Amino acid sequence: MLLGPATAWLVVFLVLPFIAIAVFSVGERAPEGGYQAAFTLAQYANLPARATAFWNTMVLAPVGALACLLVAYPVAYYLALRAPQRWRLILLALVVIPFWTSLLMRTYAWMYILGGRGIPALLAFVGIEDVRLINTPGAVLLGIVYGYLPLMILPIYVSLERLDRRLLEASADLGATPLSTFLGVTLKLSLPGVMTGFSLVMILLLGEYLIPTLLGGGKVFFIGNALVDLFLQSRNWPFGSAIAITLVLVSVVVLIAANRISTRVSGARRVDLI
Amino acid sequence: MTAVPDIEFRGVTKRYGAVTAVSGIDLAVPPSAFVALLGPSGCGKTTCLRMIGGFEQPSEGQVFIRGQDMAGTPPYRRPVNMVFQQYALFPHLDVEDNVAYGLRQARPRLSSREIASRAGEALEMVRLAGYGRRKIHELSGGQQQRVALARALVNKPAVLLLDEPLAALDKKLRTDMQIELQNLQREIGITFVLVTHDQEEALSMSDFVCVMNGGRIVQLGQPSEIYDEPADLFVADFVGKTNLLSGTVAGHSGDLVEVALADGTVIAARKRTALQQGEVVSVSLRPESLSLGAQASGPFKGIVRNRIFLGSTAEYAIEVKGIGTLLAKADHLIGHGNLFKPGEPVAIGFASGTPLAFAETKNNGANQRVDKHVEIIS
Repeated sequence: MLLGPATAWLVVFLVLPFIAIAVFSVGERAPEGGYQAAFTLAQYANLPARATAFWNTMVLAPVGALACLLVAYPVAYYLALRAPQRWRLILLALVVIPFWTSLLMRTYAWMYILGGRGIPALLAFVGIEDVRLINTPGAVLLGIVYGYLPLMILPIYVSLERLDRRLLEASADLGATPLSTFLGVTLKLSLPGVMTGFSLVMILLLGEYLIPTLLGGGKVFFIGNALVDLFLQSRNWPFGSAIAITLVLVSVVVLIAANRISTRVSGARRVDLI
Repeated sequence: MTAVPDIEFRGVTKRYGAVTAVSGIDLAVPPSAFVALLGPSGCGKTTCLRMIGGFEQPSEGQVFIRGQDMAGTPPYRRPVNMVFQQYALFPHLDVEDNVAYGLRQARPRLSSREIASRAGEALEMVRLAGYGRRKIHELSGGQQQRVALARALVNKPAVLLLDEPLAALDKKLRTDMQIELQNLQREIGITFVLVTHDQEEALSMSDFVCVMNGGRIVQLGQPSEIYDEPADLFVADFVGKTNLLSGTVAGHSGDLVEVALADGTVIAARKRTALQQGEVVSVSLRPESLSLGAQASGPFKGIVRNRIFLGSTAEYAIEVKGIGTLLAKADHLIGHGNLFKPGEPVAIGFASGTPLAFAETKNNGANQRVDKHVEIIS
């Protein structure tokens, strides 16, 4: 009985829209735009037309998630295992607080910081001329790491927090140097958190287009751009739906793979992503 | 001194901020001994063990392992291994990989064949051959305990440290493991240092018991010495069951003192330290040193209040007017029907040994009398 409201919520906001998109994806574009009933796989056959957007997304998502992970892990490690107890909550709050403002606002702020009147201007002031930061792949990566960091830090923090400290002592007692203890115990036992954070960030990045557009100059197109374009500009709903369905399938594959990996390495624990 | 001690503490003090956990401990543990550090929680015994393992550094003094000063040596370079409380087994590794963990850390590296064969031997030693591929969470508490033992012993440490290893087991299993640990120690012949708050465990397993209280060593000796000749009131009370009766010193006769108890009874007792005439003392009477008779003559007369039948013996709580409740233990001779019933009047006499009288000083005062340098010579 308690599951009733949750189930209803899922049906209304997840299952029904998904079915609608699935139905659209086998339909045709109406002459004046939108959807027209049909049964054809033509939209799926047309997917290669957006191969570049797919490819760019498939590069951006894992690379962005990886960059995020590399920054987040040391932070989470420090917070969970090194930070003084009384500072821990404050530091954790500092990680989360930026999340309370809109990502759009924060990305605009970065546009300004990286743009001509931001850091490059400061560098010019000390004699380093002609540094270009905005509209580079580096700027996009920076924006992504900045925007998604909390989502990566929190699950890793939780798994490290839960780590039994005596296991680290046991490892040292058995002759393991701090490095082998980290690789053999800490890292492996925090893998469920790593995988949760990684797949969470990666899936969100599969639909990301805001940061690349603002910080990358909008020269490179991603699936997110393609979807906005198809639904809002050219009003080709069936094709947009086919792309969306494909994106969902890719996400599911990523989730399953991440779950498998962390289950295998860290023992029998299940990873619950949602 | 013949052999280099396996473990030696010289003037070791450990402070955590304003709290002194261990204070000026000197201790030498000879090779191949089974030593128990016994004391109530917070007495510093675990801190001592962790200083041997290298997880804590002494604030003052030195810890030696086989004659080597361990100052600045991290845990992973010390020739000791620990069986942790609740075992601390690696949940992501199976039984064999847990046991092989230490072997895999060895530099130069051991061949995988040697690792497998040594891990196999260690599992055999703790009677877990064939369990190598089990997951840790599939094992019972007793089996996990054995894995922890194998994991520590496989590295052939100079000393095995055991931190309350049996605390998580049920009573029957605990008794079995006590015997097994004792056998194992004799078989391998290395020093075992056991930390426990359970006096029964300490007395039953070890060659030497080091009783600690308030960060100091109160008494060091063989289990029978600790039990029969407790150094002070704390040890008498903490180790084994005893009746403590307070009284005043009424007179001296040779090595004995005469103590006048609350009800006026005067009994002779051995003293551990010099006692003044009129000094308030506690007299310790072990339950098994008392004899009971229906009408027998004895210093006390009382009424049986409770009977605790224990099989080979029975314990009686006997109310004695003016003194309180005395605990007495009597053998149960099968067929003799010599069980007293609650409500029955009995006379209490001394069956064996002489009661011990202790000065009634508070714990700290008592501890300071203990010799600074205590050494076991086996």
